[in-house]
Amino acid sequence: MKNQLKRSRWLFTSLILLIAILPGSAAAQGSDPTDDDVNAIAKQLYCPVCENIPLDACGTTACEQWRGIIRDKLSEGWTEEQIKTYFVDQYGDRVLAEPPRRGFNWLVYIVPLVIFAGGGVLLYRGFQQWRTVKPENNSRKVSKPSAKSDKPMDEYINRVEEELRKRSKG
Amino acid sequence: MKKLLTWVGLFGGLVLLLLVLGVGLRRSQQGQVGIGEMAPDFELVTFSGETYRLSDYQGSVVLVNFWASWCDACKPEARDLEAAHKYYQPRGDVLFLGVDYVDTEPEALAYLEEFQITYPNGPDLRTKISQAFRIRGVPETFVIDQEGIITHVQIGPFSSLEDIKSTIDPLLDL
Repeated sequence: MKNQLKRSRWLFTSLILLIAILPGSAAAQGSDPTDDDVNAIAKQLYCPVCENIPLDACGTTACEQWRGIIRDKLSEGWTEEQIKTYFVDQYGDRVLAEPPRRGFNWLVYIVPLVIFAGGGVLLYRGFQQWRTVKPENNSRKVSKPSAKSDKPMDEYINRVEEELRKRSKG
Repeated sequence: MKKLLTWVGLFGGLVLLLLVLGVGLRRSQQGQVGIGEMAPDFELVTFSGETYRLSDYQGSVVLVNFWASWCDACKPEARDLEAAHKYYQPRGDVLFLGVDYVDTEPEALAYLEEFQITYPNGPDLRTKISQAFRIRGVPETFVIDQEGIITHVQIGPFSSLEDIKSTIDPLLDL
């Protein structure tokens, strides 16, 4: 009797556990993807019809249809990568927000870096030149000016002084 | 010498970059392939799985129509195109091909059923055909003569069956 009670209690507990688990797993398998799930993928795609508008923000019929496809594929259990590959196969690389890293597309990634690095090198060299040139300039200023270099200046001052003298007399 | 090489390298890089940008810009600003030009060859796999290669139809007049189910402007000409296809079908030397641009298959098939279109239609996979013809939108239609030369470019829909026939009849000496 005691054994029977124990067994029925065990069965009851198992049944409760099973009921608790089943709806969860059923929901996980057949659950409809949310708008957020769809948009998480849609924002990485661009429809060629509406250039420069990501799919999650585009309101045209074509984009609505595309989002419908993403929803259907997610419901079927497709992964994000599989869905993106499907879109590339159907509509080409240009649907991707980030061009795939291959072939000519590498330019998109490399050129800005090269320009940035080149600019850095030019700046560095420029600063270095300034550093080396500056002391020479200072030394020129400090060193006694030669009589030859002052000659035009002296002439100019003499002329100004003469002019002033004339005016004060007049 | 080292300094000169650096400058030559920088200048070369800049010229290369400008060249790439220029080519890209030129391509993006080019219009459709025009009248008198050789039509780009392409392969269309229809929704029912048949393959059509344009170059296989030298000797025939080929009408290539770009459309999409989401395109409202494509709808008015859909029935006229089907009527024109039926009109020329008995001759056997005029081929109509529908290229479905940036579309989804269920909606495209529903469109074909709605307008009872029977001539070959297929998706423009990876938008290769539309890029080759450099279309700017849909509908756009290209009429190609027996030598593969484009003789008519229709931007926007045809207005009537007669409008379509007026682009094909002269090629058939009608």
